[in-house]
Amino acid sequence: MQLYRAHVLVCGGTGCVSSGSKKIQEAIVDELAKQNLDKEIKVVETGCHGFCEMGPIVIVYPEGTFYCQVQVDDIAEIVSEHLVKGRIVQRLLFKAPLTEEQVPSYKDIAFYRKQHRVALRNCGHIDPEHIQEYIARDGYEGLAKALTTMTPQQVIEEMKKSGLRGRGGGGFPTGLKWEFASKSPGPKKYIICNADEGDPGAFMDRSVLEGDPHSVLEGMLIGAYAIGADEGYIYVRAEYPLAIKRLKVAIAQAEELGLLGDNILGTGFSCRLHIKEGAGAFVCGEETALMASIEGSRGMPNPRPPFPAVKGLWEKPSNINNVETYANVPVIFLHGAEKFASMGTENSKGTKVFALTGKLRNTGLAEVPMGISLREIIFDIGGGIMEDKKFKAVQIGGPSGGCIPEEHLDTPVDYDSLIALGAMMGSGGLVVMDETSCMVDVARFFLNFTQKESCGKCTPCREGTKRMLEILQKICDGNGVPEDITTLETLGAVIKNTALCGLGQTAPNPVLATLRYFRHEYEAHINDKKCPAGVCTALLEYKIVAENCKGCGACARVCPVGAITGEKKEPHEIDTSKCIKCGSCIEKCKFNAIVKG
Amino acid sequence: MANITLTINGQKVTVPSGITVLEAAEMCGYSVPTFCHEKDLTAPGACRICVVEIKGWRNLPPSCVTTVAEGMEVETESPAVIEARKTILELLVANHPLDCMTCEKSGDCKLQDYAYRYGVTSPTPYEGEKKQFAVDDSNPYIYRDPNKCILCGKCVAICRAVADRNVIDYAFRGFNTKIATFMDTELKDSACVYCNRCVTVCPVGALSDRNMMGKGRTWELEKEEVTCTFCESGCKFDVNYKNGKVVGVTAKNPSAGRPLCLKGRLGTEFMKNPDKTDLPLVNKDGEFVEVSWEEALGIGPIVEKINALKK
Repeated sequence: MQLYRAHVLVCGGTGCVSSGSKKIQEAIVDELAKQNLDKEIKVVETGCHGFCEMGPIVIVYPEGTFYCQVQVDDIAEIVSEHLVKGRIVQRLLFKAPLTEEQVPSYKDIAFYRKQHRVALRNCGHIDPEHIQEYIARDGYEGLAKALTTMTPQQVIEEMKKSGLRGRGGGGFPTGLKWEFASKSPGPKKYIICNADEGDPGAFMDRSVLEGDPHSVLEGMLIGAYAIGADEGYIYVRAEYPLAIKRLKVAIAQAEELGLLGDNILGTGFSCRLHIKEGAGAFVCGEETALMASIEGSRGMPNPRPPFPAVKGLWEKPSNINNVETYANVPVIFLHGAEKFASMGTENSKGTKVFALTGKLRNTGLAEVPMGISLREIIFDIGGGIMEDKKFKAVQIGGPSGGCIPEEHLDTPVDYDSLIALGAMMGSGGLVVMDETSCMVDVARFFLNFTQKESCGKCTPCREGTKRMLEILQKICDGNGVPEDITTLETLGAVIKNTALCGLGQTAPNPVLATLRYFRHEYEAHINDKKCPAGVCTALLEYKIVAENCKGCGACARVCPVGAITGEKKEPHEIDTSKCIKCGSCIEKCKFNAIVKG
Repeated sequence: MANITLTINGQKVTVPSGITVLEAAEMCGYSVPTFCHEKDLTAPGACRICVVEIKGWRNLPPSCVTTVAEGMEVETESPAVIEARKTILELLVANHPLDCMTCEKSGDCKLQDYAYRYGVTSPTPYEGEKKQFAVDDSNPYIYRDPNKCILCGKCVAICRAVADRNVIDYAFRGFNTKIATFMDTELKDSACVYCNRCVTVCPVGALSDRNMMGKGRTWELEKEEVTCTFCESGCKFDVNYKNGKVVGVTAKNPSAGRPLCLKGRLGTEFMKNPDKTDLPLVNKDGEFVEVSWEEALGIGPIVEKINALKK
């Protein structure tokens, strides 16, 4: 085996690929060849590091130097300075947001320091397109252990002991789910992986599939052995082409090594896995709709019971788990259930990956132990709010979740505490909002999403979310009446109570949660016709503060409708009847003389 | 099958296990509204009008797909149930044309009946955008008004139940969902054979038998059930009388086999036509004249010979 004195890891996750990592990788390979270093230094394309905002990311080992936002022009310097002379290129290091201090090592960056990577253990460290790298990191050992030393019943017991709960949203205990499917009689069963990740802003499943596809395959195989399935499907959305490509490579490589297919590891256990590409419907993340879609029908949910464990895909007992859930499974069998259960809280074990988005300094993927506080996630890992603005709320669980205000930031994050706060773990999307976000507008945004993605089958979701959205729009337009709040609450409660599937039952959550914590913002829109955050255009008026105005005329020149008039060097005025509130004047004014409110 | 005991509206009842809460409630004489449930055909649990309250359950489950269990405590008309049903009806009514005065279905419409039962009137608290789909009057047999459709899906299920049909299905998403043919064409350009099974199950005025339009209100019509004799299937049709006169034949129940064809319905309609003649007509000098069967078939001389031989 060839030995190298240094490894250069280039992130090949979708985030970094979008910011140009492919070109960086080519440039490094070319530069190494040019300097005759290609026999000494190896370039590895890895999966996602999670810190997508800082991409493209390049890490140099053995030092573990973390270079961020690398450009093609920087490559020659990295190679001749760092790789030849051993001098770290200071200017490309990550700078801590507040102290401006340069952080040379991966491990010391605040974004990573509080993280604990289990599901993402290999993401960013291995080349996902080489099964040997996964095996070198103890990959498939958990499967081998389960197949050769444990009975299916023991596998289920181990899973139950681990306390792992579904990472896709519901939080149902995985071991129990496997037990149901295993107890269902029948010679044919299916194991299914739900990779139809669709919450706006959530991309943990994509990162796992792109960065460590074998961990998902291994988890599925252990599950298949436990329930007695010999066939499985990975339902992955077609919008994830890189994930699909790497899954295909992974399946082919695992089959070649006898880790997948017939007579796995010579144990007599056989299982085949197929990939089914979804066609973009959010509702297909709901398990019964997902199975209908695999079967070739329109992706619409069906009532449960019968649960998939009894009557699932093609009416056969089936087990469905999410990508992140499966990625956790090999670790449980590698290190034992006790070790896994030692992380987390009483009822929520292990870790959870969150996708940090919104008004944060550090956005990206962060995997943290359950029980950590939201404040730690947002302010320590996330680096706090951009431009030192004031934190307002964080939306957890995507469009099905709810928002949590400042006063609850110290709540330990686990499945049950989030539900008590009117939010939910969901798939783990965290959208952080600051004082410039209008909560009515936020609720409208999420409801607009779920409304468009409703399958149209059940009345409360199809008709009800539409009416809730119309009322929210009316409030944002300044036409709200006091009764609207009651209507939203009663209609929201009925939809939660009567909708067919999880999508409908949780669709009102963003509205109900914002009403719970930010009712005053709704009231300001309705009663005072004001948007406190200055977002809802219809409720804003642009004014020129005479003391600040120098009469430069820049605003008048940029105004597209000629609403601003005034003498040179005299304070100008805005004719509000003409103003279309486009905001161009505010952007142009150098003296902060124009305000909206 | 074993029996189980549960409580419905405070009354202890023993019913066969495995049946639905809806069936159990109906056995005890309680009427639970349904739109999408059709016995022996489909129970998609879609319309949610049949929700009931079950003690200890998180949500209000639809009774049509919930199986009874020992010790279950069911309320079919609790305040929460009534509120939910009323809200669902208000949502449907808010997106419905409400031209009940001229609607063919008036008097036999489930939406109308339940709105009456739960006191739902217009305007509802949920007024807003309404569906604006084109009406399909492309053919002489089925009149489709998608704006009246409540998307219960029974037409889809009953069409799918016939081999080689499957003409309609759900299309589009969310508020824009509708029942459509393949490529959303008019019925005349689809594989539809106008058996009118879909019309028989539509709970509202979205699908009407075009032959019957304008011929009388539902309550003015007397119906006589007849069994079709065109083939061995023996489907059921209704002969509709108004003031003692036949005004049309409508499809009633499909039978097993190959049921409810257009030929059967039109044939039955012809047999029941009061103007039909018993003798054939022959065009003589531009006028149809009644003649004997022998003459029409050109077998007069042969019949004469046979009759002569008989003697």
